[in-house]
Amino acid sequence: MLPSPAVAQQNLEKFDLGYIGWNDDPRYSPARMQREYQGEPWGRPVAGARVAIDEARFPGIAAGVKFGLDEKLVSNTREVLDTVRRMRDSGARFILLDLPAGTVSRVAAEFAGDDLTLFNVAAHDDRLRGAHCQANLLHTIPSDAMRNDALAQYLVSRQWKNVLLLVGPESADKVLARSFERSAKRFGLNITGTRAFVLGNNPREREHNNPKLLTSGVDYDAVYIADTQGEFARNANFAIQKPRPVVGSGGLVPQAWHWAWTRHGARQLNNRLEKKADRHMTAYDWAAWVAVKAVVEAVQRTDSTDYAKLAAYIRGDEINLDGFKGYRMGFRDWDGQLRQPMLLGSGNWVVARAPLEGFLHPDNYLDTLGFDPRESACKLATDHKGA
Amino acid sequence: MRFNRYKQARLAVAAACLAASPALFAAGTGNVYVSSEDDDLVTVFDGQSMDRIDTIAVSERPRWLAFSPDHKKLYVACGDDDSIDVIDVEQGKVVDRLTDIDDPEIFAIGPDGRHLYISNEDDAQFTIYDIDAKKAVTRIDVGQEPEGVLVTPDGKTAYVTSEVANMVHRVNLDSHEIEANIVVGNRPRRFALSADGNTLWVTNELSGSVSLIDTQTNEVSDTIEFKPQGFRPEDVTPVGIKLSEDGQSAFVTLGRANHVAFVNAKTHAVEDYVLVGDRAWGIAQSRDGKQLYITNGLSDDMSIVDIAAHKTLRSVPAGRVPHSVVIDTLAE
Repeated sequence: MLPSPAVAQQNLEKFDLGYIGWNDDPRYSPARMQREYQGEPWGRPVAGARVAIDEARFPGIAAGVKFGLDEKLVSNTREVLDTVRRMRDSGARFILLDLPAGTVSRVAAEFAGDDLTLFNVAAHDDRLRGAHCQANLLHTIPSDAMRNDALAQYLVSRQWKNVLLLVGPESADKVLARSFERSAKRFGLNITGTRAFVLGNNPREREHNNPKLLTSGVDYDAVYIADTQGEFARNANFAIQKPRPVVGSGGLVPQAWHWAWTRHGARQLNNRLEKKADRHMTAYDWAAWVAVKAVVEAVQRTDSTDYAKLAAYIRGDEINLDGFKGYRMGFRDWDGQLRQPMLLGSGNWVVARAPLEGFLHPDNYLDTLGFDPRESACKLATDHKGA
Repeated sequence: MRFNRYKQARLAVAAACLAASPALFAAGTGNVYVSSEDDDLVTVFDGQSMDRIDTIAVSERPRWLAFSPDHKKLYVACGDDDSIDVIDVEQGKVVDRLTDIDDPEIFAIGPDGRHLYISNEDDAQFTIYDIDAKKAVTRIDVGQEPEGVLVTPDGKTAYVTSEVANMVHRVNLDSHEIEANIVVGNRPRRFALSADGNTLWVTNELSGSVSLIDTQTNEVSDTIEFKPQGFRPEDVTPVGIKLSEDGQSAFVTLGRANHVAFVNAKTHAVEDYVLVGDRAWGIAQSRDGKQLYITNGLSDDMSIVDIAAHKTLRSVPAGRVPHSVVIDTLAE
C-alpha cells in the first residue's frame, strides 16, 4: 500500500522563510494606500508571500516539509539586523526584505558569507543590481532599468520617439529620471527637454507646478514623468498642453504585475490575493509571492532542504519559475535580478507586455530588459565580461 | 440513512441501464461537437462532410465537453455561470443545468455515468458530484489551480493535476483520500491513459514537455520534451493530448507553438510536428482513426489533420475561442 499523504503530513519538517518590513513605512499610510497610485504598493507585500505559502502546501507535503512565514515589522536598521540574526539562528535561510534600497544594501553587507539568501521585494534602485550588488542578495522586484526599458520598447514600437522628461524634487525622482535617460539612449528615443516640477498651486512657481505650462513650448510625442511620490504624475494625465500620452509614473506605467492581467493563470492568482488581502494585487505582492515560489520550486525540484543545494538551484540555469506572465523565469547570475516580463498598465488594463515583438537578445529575450552582462556594473558579472 | 438511499438509487440506475442496453451500443452519429468560450455555443459538425449542422446555445464560457457513457447526454462545463449544462444529444439542446458548481473548467464522468469529477480552479478543490441528486458528494482539497481530471475505466481512481503545485494527485474514489502526490513538470494540464492502464501521460504547459507516470509505482518514468524549430521555449506550451486508438501514437497540441506533435507511443520519440492554428489546445481523433480535430483558441477555428500524411487538410470556423472537441462515437 502506498504511504498515505495524510499520515505523512504529521511528520513534516518545519521550513520557515522570513519577512521584514518597516513599522511606520510612509508608503503604507492609510491615506496614501487609498489613493492607489499606479506603480506603488497598495498594501504590504507580505500578502503575496502568504498566498505563496498557501500554494506551497501540497509541494511541501510531497517534499516532507511545512512551509511557513516568520513576519516581523521593525523600526530601525539595528532592529532589522537583530531580526535577521534571530531568524538565521532559528533556522530561516531565505528572508524577504520590504525595505528601502539603502537598508537592503546594509543588511546584505552585514551578512555576507552567511548561509542566507535575501530577497529584495520592493526596491527598484538600479544601483542595488549594479555597483552595490551582493552575492547573497536576489531581486524579485524589477529594477528601474527594466521598467524603463519596457516603456522605451513600447514607445519605439509606436514610433513615439520624442519624449519630454519631467522630474520631481525627490532624490529618488532624479535617480528614476537618470534610469530613463539610459533607456532612452539604449532604444534610440530623443529626450526633447528635461524640466523640473514641484507640487503646489503657488502662482509664483507656476512654471514648475502647472502641467500645462510645464509642457508648453516644446515638441514631443509623449511626456515621461519621474515622480516616486505619485501625486503629480496622477494629476498630469490629460492635463498637459498637447494631446499626447503621459508615461512613467502616471498614464502608462511599467510594472512587474497588474491586477487586470488575466492571461497565464493570472486571474486565479489575482483572485487568491484579493481573497487574502481584500484589495487588488500589485507588483510588490507579486515580488514577494514569486520569491517564496522560487524557494518552494527549489525544494520541490531538488527534493532537499539543504541550503547549499537550494541556493545553487535558485541561482542556476535549470530553474523554471512560473510567474504567471508566460515566460520561464530565472535569476541572472551576473547581478541576482529575476528576469521577467514587464506589464505596461494603464488604469484598469494592461496595454502590452514587454519584451515587445522584435526586440531580440542573443541569449534570452527577457534580457532586453535591464542590464545584460555586458552592461552590468555588478562585480558578480566578471565571468561574463570576458565572454 | 443517507448512504442507504444513495446505494438504492445507484442500483435503480444500474437496472435502468441494463434494460436500455440494446439501444446503447449503436455506433453514435459520428457528429463532432466543439465548445467556444466567447460566444457561449456548442457547434455541431457532420463527421463526414465537416459541415456545420447545428449550434447549441449554452451557459456562459463553455469549455470542457464529455458524453455520458451511453452518449445520450453531452455535459458542458460553463465556468462563468458556475454550471455544467446537460445537452440532450438527440434533441440538440440544453435540457438541464447542474448549478452551484464553482467555476468548473474540466471534469470527467465516471464509468457508471452517475458521477462527475470536477476540478474547481478557484477553490483548489476536487468535487465528486452526484448527477441525479444534483449535489456534491464530497469536496477534496488539492493543490492550487486544479485542472485536468481523468478517471480510470474501473472507476476506482481519479487523477487531478494542480497547475501551481506542479503535481498530479492520485485520488482513491472509494475512500476519497489522496493516495499519492506525484511531482511532474511545471503547470501540468491534461491527461491520457494507456489502454493497459499502466502509463499516464500528462502535459506540462510551462516546461514544454509531457511526463509519463508509471501507475504501478506512481513515479515519473520518462519525460518527453518538445522543441519544434523556430519557436521560443516559452511559446511551446503543450496542453491537449490524445493517445491513438491503435495505441501506436500520442498526439500533443503545443498551444502557442501552433503545432501538434506526433509521438511514437512505444519509443517516446517525437516523430513530427504538424502545423495547425493559433493556440492549439483541444484534440480528438475521428471515428475511422484517420484524422485529428484540433481546436485553435486564438484563430477561432478547428484544424482537420490527416494522420497518415502528417498534414493539415483544412480548417473550419468553430465559434469564438474554441476550447474542446468531442466526437459522438460509441464502441461497437
